[in-house]
Amino acid sequence: MSLVDKNGYGEVAFHVSEAHASDYIALLKPRVMSLVVFTAFVGMVTAPAAINPFIACFAILAIAVGAGASGSLNMWYDADIDAVMSRTVNRPVPAGRVLPSQALAFGLVLSGFSIGVLGLVANWVAAGLLAFTIFFYAVIYTMWLKRWTPQNIVIGGAAGAFPPVVGWAAVTGDVSLYPIIQFLIIFLWTPPHFWALALFKSGDYERAGVPMMPNVAGEASTKRQIFAYALVVAVTGVLPTVFGFAGNAYGLLAAGLGIGFVWYSWKVLQMPESDRAMKPAKALFGFSLLYLFAIFTALLADSVLRDLGLVW
Amino acid sequence: MVTAVKNDQRIEMTESQKKAQRNRSVALGLALVAFVVVIYIVTIVKMGPQILNRPF
Repeated sequence: MSLVDKNGYGEVAFHVSEAHASDYIALLKPRVMSLVVFTAFVGMVTAPAAINPFIACFAILAIAVGAGASGSLNMWYDADIDAVMSRTVNRPVPAGRVLPSQALAFGLVLSGFSIGVLGLVANWVAAGLLAFTIFFYAVIYTMWLKRWTPQNIVIGGAAGAFPPVVGWAAVTGDVSLYPIIQFLIIFLWTPPHFWALALFKSGDYERAGVPMMPNVAGEASTKRQIFAYALVVAVTGVLPTVFGFAGNAYGLLAAGLGIGFVWYSWKVLQMPESDRAMKPAKALFGFSLLYLFAIFTALLADSVLRDLGLVW
Repeated sequence: MVTAVKNDQRIEMTESQKKAQRNRSVALGLALVAFVVVIYIVTIVKMGPQILNRPF
């Protein structure tokens, strides 16, 4: 028999860990990391300079590890609210497989390594932006905004929007208008994406005491705000063509996707209060993921085709 | 040298704890090897053959 008993997510005097490597990988939020890797990669490819492919791979790896580190710090701090939400109750810390102090140490060490490696591999502008992204997500969003204001996801969305800027900076060593437009697309997409989720998971957030928009301002107000943001996202999506960074084919595709985003948001706006199945909100959540992936894939394709002289 | 061992305070790991520890050790070892490989390749890419052209 072990002398050590697991005791929820709290610290114990003696602890022999039963955590597997997979638990530490889960701390890195691999699904969020995949989006970070993809958007950072697009930021790199669209940058107007060449980069050694090895350097590009390692820079992406450093950005991914930095994003994972901020995920670990988030899980360290949020263990108490993760434990009462169905979506997060099985995460390694609330499930008791990893101690909060271990998640904290893991996050801090990986933060240091990822920033240092990105600085040495690419440049210190990119490393500084990565450091700011980790700080913004772990401190500004997780520790401050998330439990304080229903605007948490609006401002906190900046953390998820930085990767293409970091990717761009890793290649060029600076930041210009095009990566800022890529930032804006993700930044403005985040509120309707998460509020769609919050609509059909509002019970979870309420139990955890997290002031998400539906349980603070009400469902009707949230639906109106989702629709307003969808309109802005649709316009922002075509800005790369408006400013001449991407071709007309991209512009047409982005406009079509934007109309789709507005249409799905309109369906959410029309959803009656009595509808507890909330299929339109779930459909919008699904479409929003597709939207972001498609927009960044199109930007990537536009950049590659432009290099081949095939852009219309 | 005197080594004081208090048997009653010694922690004996269960099989699942030993298995988890092995799993973590292998992962940490692989991560360290990967880190060394990354730094090695970056050094070669950044400095190229010039890394060998230095006065002794």
